[in-house]
Amino acid sequence: MKLGFLVDLNLCMGCKGCEIACKVENSVPLSSWRLRVKYIDIGTFPDASRSFTPLRCNHCENAPCERICPVSALHYLENGIVNVDSARCIGCAGCMMACPYGAIYMDPETNTADKCTYCAHRIESGMMPACVVACPVEANIFGDVEDDTSHISQYIMEHQGGVQVRKPEKHTDPKHYYVGGGTYTLDPLAHERIEGYSLFNNITHLEAVGDKNHGVLDRFLAPFTSHGHTDNKSFMNFDNDNKAHESHEEEGGH
Amino acid sequence: MVENTIHATQAVVTLDVALPGIIWGWMITLNMWAKSIGTGVILVGAFLLYRHKKEDMPNLRWIMPLISFIFLNIFLLFTLTDLHQPYRMVNIFLHPHWTSAITVGAWMASLFTGLITVMMLIGGFDAFPEFRRHCPLGKKVRGMSDFYEKVFPFVVFLAIPVTLYTAIIMAESSARELWQAPTEVMQMMWAALLAGSAALIFVSDAWSRETRKDLALVLAIATFFSFMMYMGEYFFSFKSAEAEATLEYVHAGGSYNVEFWFAMVLGFILPFFLAVSNMKSDNKTLLRFAAIVALVGLYLAKDVWLKIPQMLPLS
Repeated sequence: MKLGFLVDLNLCMGCKGCEIACKVENSVPLSSWRLRVKYIDIGTFPDASRSFTPLRCNHCENAPCERICPVSALHYLENGIVNVDSARCIGCAGCMMACPYGAIYMDPETNTADKCTYCAHRIESGMMPACVVACPVEANIFGDVEDDTSHISQYIMEHQGGVQVRKPEKHTDPKHYYVGGGTYTLDPLAHERIEGYSLFNNITHLEAVGDKNHGVLDRFLAPFTSHGHTDNKSFMNFDNDNKAHESHEEEGGH
Repeated sequence: MVENTIHATQAVVTLDVALPGIIWGWMITLNMWAKSIGTGVILVGAFLLYRHKKEDMPNLRWIMPLISFIFLNIFLLFTLTDLHQPYRMVNIFLHPHWTSAITVGAWMASLFTGLITVMMLIGGFDAFPEFRRHCPLGKKVRGMSDFYEKVFPFVVFLAIPVTLYTAIIMAESSARELWQAPTEVMQMMWAALLAGSAALIFVSDAWSRETRKDLALVLAIATFFSFMMYMGEYFFSFKSAEAEATLEYVHAGGSYNVEFWFAMVLGFILPFFLAVSNMKSDNKTLLRFAAIVALVGLYLAKDVWLKIPQMLPLS
């Protein structure tokens, strides 16, 4: 089994529903994106058009991020997903330097690398990734690319010659395909950035990689100064539930 | 690119998110620079020991591992500090992933630092017997003087991959086309010889004239070839679109253009001529000046080369 994604750019209308669904499903912090939709305007008036390109991790079969990760925090799952283990990540940012698609970010809350996992947790439960479910025009097609009868395989076969991947010259063997795209949408060198009239000038950059208030000293002091865990375990704790229940009763809770 | 050069097919990004800027910054530059000195003094020291008698360089036996120890620890400190989760560095040893040059490098650098520490202690205690008498550790390593000579060839051999592994990390950073393995490997090697000879120049006051001449020779060769390699890469890396776009921007006077040329003059051109002239006239002050500017320039050159490919939007 090799899970893959295909986006039909002819169908995508740039509603960013997938982007929001991903943010909500994976609690992606502010200033970080696992999936984003980039708008590119092509041509000049009156012959102008706008294209929308959802960009996410390509789950490459020959993933440079997996190769460079010193602790196997980035690793392959049996279904081909390139997964990330935040608990093991040391935050060296090697994966950010290796990924040719800029798909990995430093989570400003955990200060570890993170990225799209094709919603591996949902797939494990037999569900589709959140972005697939949210897409109103079914532009996101997800499935097993090794199964000839799967929807994605059928779609690829129907659009032979029109299926593209980003940066094939990198030999990463991406498992994320596009139909209806062109060099101008998939190659970042083939379009200008409106902020500055050249590739480099005045591009809006993130203020910091990871948490901007997490300086050198904070990195070492973090284990001693953290304000406790805020994970979901507290909701599973039976004692906590009881206490909460009691306090609600005392206060005439609701 | 026809997509953005022909007016009719102009493609412009009209909505996107903020992109990350420089991910690996000055701490990585300092890390590479300090490592060049830490391994370079061993490589150049070995060359001098091969060419000259020990008596020509009376303090080399203890000061070489001491300099190496100091700069390797600076290198390790900034490696650790640059991590967003520094305490998890231990995972490299508990959960090593051997396809990563970061892992292989961390293991080799740790072993190298360990051996250098032992050499530093033996060399130091042998050079200062008074200190040995008052230090409990000194008594323990009393009979280990031979170990220094036995382990030294292995340390010299190990210094080579420890010098070079950062080049492989850069090559594994496949998003940055400017960094290609063969050129980066050679850059690292020349940087180590440059930094090693420059560092040893500061402690060569009491050495024979011939040894200083050799230090100047190594510095001259290293600066010459470093400069040639940078020029080759700067002007002729046009076989990949990304490298070409990066350099085109710097050529046109973009960010880091001034720093690059400043680095070339300070790090390579000036010390080359100073070192060559010093091979005929043994001017210690001038040679020290050459060493200072070479080290400053090397830092700047590494800084520019680290940062410029990171400015390119990847998606």
